[in-house]
Amino acid sequence: MNIFETIGSIVTASVFASTLRLATPYLFAAIGETFAQRSGLLNLGVDGIMLMGAFTGFYAVYATGSLLLGVLTALVVGGLMGLAIAFISVTLRAKQGISGIGLYLFGLGLSELLFQRLIGTPKSIERFPDIYIPVLSDIEFLGIGQIFFRQNLLVYIAFASVPIAAYVLRRTSYGLKIRAVGQNPAAADAMDVNVARIRYSTQIFGGMMAGLAGASLSVALLGVFQQNLTGGLGFIAVALVYFGRWRPVGVMIGALLFSFVNALQLQVGALGFDVPPEFSTMAPYVITIIALAFAGRQTEKPTALTVPFQRGE
Amino acid sequence: MSVQATSSSPSERIATLEMRGIVKRFPGVTALKGVDFDVHAGEIHALLGENGAGKSTLMKILYGLYQQSEGQVLINGAPVHIGSPHESTKRGIGMIHQHFMLVPSLTVAENVALGMPSGRGGVLDLKKISEDISQLSQKYNLRIYPERPVWQLSVGEQQRVEIIRALYRGAALLILDEPTAVLTPQESDDLFIVLKQMAAEGHSIIFISHKLHEVLAISDRITVLRDGARVNTIPAAGATRLTLAEMMVGRPVVLEYELPPPVRGEARLTVQGVSALSERGDMGLKEVSFTLYGGEIVGVAGVSGNGQHELAEVVAGMRPLAGGTIHVGDQPAGGKSPAALRQLGVSYIPEERMIDGVVKNFTVAENFVLKDQSDPPYALGRFFLRPRKIAEACRQIIHDYEVKTPGTDTPIKNLSGGNIQKVVLARELAQQPTLLIAAQPTRGVDIGATEYIHHRLLEERAKGTAILLISEDLDEVMALSDRIIVMYEGRAVGEVLRRDYDVRTIGAMMAGAGRGD
Repeated sequence: MNIFETIGSIVTASVFASTLRLATPYLFAAIGETFAQRSGLLNLGVDGIMLMGAFTGFYAVYATGSLLLGVLTALVVGGLMGLAIAFISVTLRAKQGISGIGLYLFGLGLSELLFQRLIGTPKSIERFPDIYIPVLSDIEFLGIGQIFFRQNLLVYIAFASVPIAAYVLRRTSYGLKIRAVGQNPAAADAMDVNVARIRYSTQIFGGMMAGLAGASLSVALLGVFQQNLTGGLGFIAVALVYFGRWRPVGVMIGALLFSFVNALQLQVGALGFDVPPEFSTMAPYVITIIALAFAGRQTEKPTALTVPFQRGE
Repeated sequence: MSVQATSSSPSERIATLEMRGIVKRFPGVTALKGVDFDVHAGEIHALLGENGAGKSTLMKILYGLYQQSEGQVLINGAPVHIGSPHESTKRGIGMIHQHFMLVPSLTVAENVALGMPSGRGGVLDLKKISEDISQLSQKYNLRIYPERPVWQLSVGEQQRVEIIRALYRGAALLILDEPTAVLTPQESDDLFIVLKQMAAEGHSIIFISHKLHEVLAISDRITVLRDGARVNTIPAAGATRLTLAEMMVGRPVVLEYELPPPVRGEARLTVQGVSALSERGDMGLKEVSFTLYGGEIVGVAGVSGNGQHELAEVVAGMRPLAGGTIHVGDQPAGGKSPAALRQLGVSYIPEERMIDGVVKNFTVAENFVLKDQSDPPYALGRFFLRPRKIAEACRQIIHDYEVKTPGTDTPIKNLSGGNIQKVVLARELAQQPTLLIAAQPTRGVDIGATEYIHHRLLEERAKGTAILLISEDLDEVMALSDRIIVMYEGRAVGEVLRRDYDVRTIGAMMAGAGRGD
């Protein structure tokens, strides 16, 4: 087998299809975190919110059989946790790095406790079904149909959220306020923008998206819940925001890069190559560190990131 | 809505504005003690006073950032309540803050749009806003490009954005807080033309300043505040710098110094082709050369950010040398640490006194011995401090330098800017320096302390110390220096001797108008 055949057997259309699928939780969490960071809030607890979203969404589906209810539950729980971290960061003006770690540990512990008490042993549920887009899903050329148009609903929503997020940040007055609050809150305040309200709103949105990201794992991607289901995926989502230079499209590119490596890892494992899985697990982190180290001028960087605002300081 | 407000007559919106008996109490202090102030349409009214006199507090009350403890604000004779900047903006009051309230990464148009209702629904209509900006910029001759991001603009351009934004928001009354502090003399003149045009169209303008000649040049009336009370309100016609300064300080002051001809000693500082990086990472200081002799004061003038800051730090050993050589006396001094330079007789009054000058939570005495703490008589065997010796020496300088402090063990951050600077000056002069680098020695310092510091610098000059005076206050540089080096974009673009001093030519050089003679 020559090298091209080897690559051809590994990088198949199904790898790209699962790349998109695996990118979904990254996208939801990182787009939500992008909004929070653009307004000046760093939430390191994304992973904790994802775990809670993953569990509560899973449990709602397990108990009622309704996928919609599962997603709604994850959104509400995520939003509440976003509200909590907003209260800590904005109103109490706590150190954001530390409180985020606290939120992560809280979510990690509580999701496991609830899982043990309410479910106990791993159970599986009916997942989100794949939706075949008529006509488009039949395109054979380069496997386009299989890659793009035979995905579940949350995958479509995740990718649709990218241009919408970019548009909101760039072209709406709400987006303008978010950017101003993250760069120079004193100036925004002087221009009659309610800094606290904007930051609460982005953090609650970020929480909802993190909750949704968790649900997309448990309810759409895997159909199961187990202890520490995310395995630190939420931390990668935070890094992706830096990687993407606070731009939704950049975040998407990063998410695709990561999930492609994840998908390759699964494929290589499935084909029985003897590569320690740890290598491909490490790859994304190495990429992130390199990308951060070589980051040049970052005009979109929210300079007030992690700095609490108080009028007159 | 806003643009309609702009087109309606400002003199109808605010014909008169009156503040009556304004009292403002903060915990432990009364910042304003019953101040009366009024301004009417078409007038430029200057508000003059020392730091801490209450100018900013009074204007923050008017703009809705503070609430008065007592007193009334009346617009067109009717009492109004101004609870927030939102309400003052609605009533037609705009404020240009000393530190510009702009978001660097946003464009001019986006900065103007911020916080305004815009376009359809929540979608921005930046095209419309850009057109409105262009109209305003033509009308008032305030050249600005709406699409450019603010971080690319010069300080003067940013100020234009602030003014346009206030006009766009329909300001009938404009408060400008120290607007010329960051401008070249030419830019200041341009600003004055705009302000006069605005006043002629019926705007009311309140101009906060401590630069006496500007206040005299631009205003119709002048109100002087001192210690939270109004001293007087007088017409600008007939007032002089001297009378105004006396009103501000409460006693006669000296504004101009007699400099005896310099007794030039030997070369104390030789700077040859010196370059250094700025914080931004570009070459902020480019191949500057000069020699400074004992017994003279050489001033360095320039608009903020043209390399003076880098020059001061590189000579003081606070910033790495990127090229060139520095000699103190005949000793090579490039790249030496501040401590090594101190051994060569170099003292340094840093620009950021709260960051580089003192440790703000330390006491007055601790700050005073900060460089000598491990030397006798303040230490025993380089290890044990001798608090009583330290306090004794500190009491002496408190007396000698007329430092106003409750005691030697007061945290220095509780002192006023002028008194902190006196402690720094005392510490640096106690070294008996042969070379003194003084960077912005009187920034944020009241007139009384400024006068005192200037006298001390002149005394040092008479003793034969070489002094490098770096200041953005051109008046100060001209008053004290034997010659002036003008900096522009990191280069020394010219040198002017005392007999040739002229604000216009120096100002033109500061603005980059080429080499003077």
